[in-house]
Amino acid sequence: MSDVVVARSLDEAQGALADHPGATVLAGGTDLMVEINRGLRRPSHVVGVAQVPELRQWSIADDRVIVGGGVTYTEMMTTPLADAAPALAQAARTVGSPPIRNAGTLGGNLGTASPAGDTLPVLAALNAKIVVVGPDGERRMALDDFVVGVKRTSLRPGELIVRAEMDRPAGRQEFLKIGPRNAMVISMAGLALVADHDARAVRCALGAVAAGIPRARVAEAWVAERIDWDNGAGVDDEVAAEFGQRVAAASSPIDDHRSTAAYRRHAVAVLATRALKRAFTEEGAADA
Amino acid sequence: MPDPYSLRVNGVDCEVADSDLAESLLFVLRERLGLTGTKNACTEGECSSCAVLIDGVLTCSCLVLAATAAGQEVTTVEGLSNGRDGLSVVQEAFVDEGAVQCGFCTPGLIVAVHDLLEANADPSDGDVREALSGNLCRCTGYGRILAAVNTAAEAKRSQP
Repeated sequence: MSDVVVARSLDEAQGALADHPGATVLAGGTDLMVEINRGLRRPSHVVGVAQVPELRQWSIADDRVIVGGGVTYTEMMTTPLADAAPALAQAARTVGSPPIRNAGTLGGNLGTASPAGDTLPVLAALNAKIVVVGPDGERRMALDDFVVGVKRTSLRPGELIVRAEMDRPAGRQEFLKIGPRNAMVISMAGLALVADHDARAVRCALGAVAAGIPRARVAEAWVAERIDWDNGAGVDDEVAAEFGQRVAAASSPIDDHRSTAAYRRHAVAVLATRALKRAFTEEGAADA
Repeated sequence: MPDPYSLRVNGVDCEVADSDLAESLLFVLRERLGLTGTKNACTEGECSSCAVLIDGVLTCSCLVLAATAAGQEVTTVEGLSNGRDGLSVVQEAFVDEGAVQCGFCTPGLIVAVHDLLEANADPSDGDVREALSGNLCRCTGYGRILAAVNTAAEAKRSQP
């Protein structure tokens, strides 16, 4: 490693990346430092962005929430951000431990682009646009266009993740995850579900059960027609169970060291059923 | 060799010379600055035995690239005791409750409990378990550690 730049502004970060377009961006360090400590990676140029104030900003409007790439999991769990994007807060709450959540960031979760990145299904379910800046200016794209494979993004050399802009629909949001314990767990399966009462839509996205972060679009459309939106927005048990099976069909899990494909597919169905019931109870409708 | 850089640790400016820029803060604290209270176990953020405070924020020092901590205030377990005069309230509680067996996880726990009690003077059992969920101890079974946190919290609340 020949060069470490600690950027104190977005301009400084962009300047450092312009000088070395192949530089490795370091945010909270919870992924990259593990690889450096093990000797698996030895980047020649590192640009630290944890102290860039522009990246640490977030804002809440009536219809959307904007979260800077440098916002930590701890900040996502804290009101008022947690109230404006509840599923994001729930996902952040399941990451690692307090010191990990103090360090890890939304931008880091995006940049690592692991299928098990816990915020990613939430971003997908909230129709997030990922905003990056680089030598050619700003680009905005859907999560599908940003995460293009397992730990692969469409970031170009010299580009930096700046923020995610997500919807703020009227309705309940759920994030659920399966792992061997409540803390320090990388997802075996994760699911975000968002109810949008204005659009009369349900949006559901999956983590750790495919190469990317799939939306269960067929199941979403199917269930939206079976919710009694006018009268308390309840949902039948049979509909919830069938929804679970249809969501599971959108997954394409594999066997690996954390779990098996069969268990993951089963888990997705259970999580989808559970999330739907939570999102469309009488109390859930009252919240909307 | 890269240029030396300076870290502020426990209120003292420390020059880090002859270092490799890929070194973690944990490595620099122990191997360059001789502050061996911070323990090196997993080097991947799993165990929190290397926990320190950076600008008052609880952090795993193994996950911090040391050079990026220049200009920040690093507090290690050595900076939490009251110097030669004695142990902190939290450390005393760990001794009194027998919350230490092999001791390897203890410094990280001491830092984490300081952080918890700064934010929450009267934590519930759930708060304590949550706060320490990343601190792995393979000896005690955690019972005496939880007792020590309660004892420390009470002692801290009764301080003038």
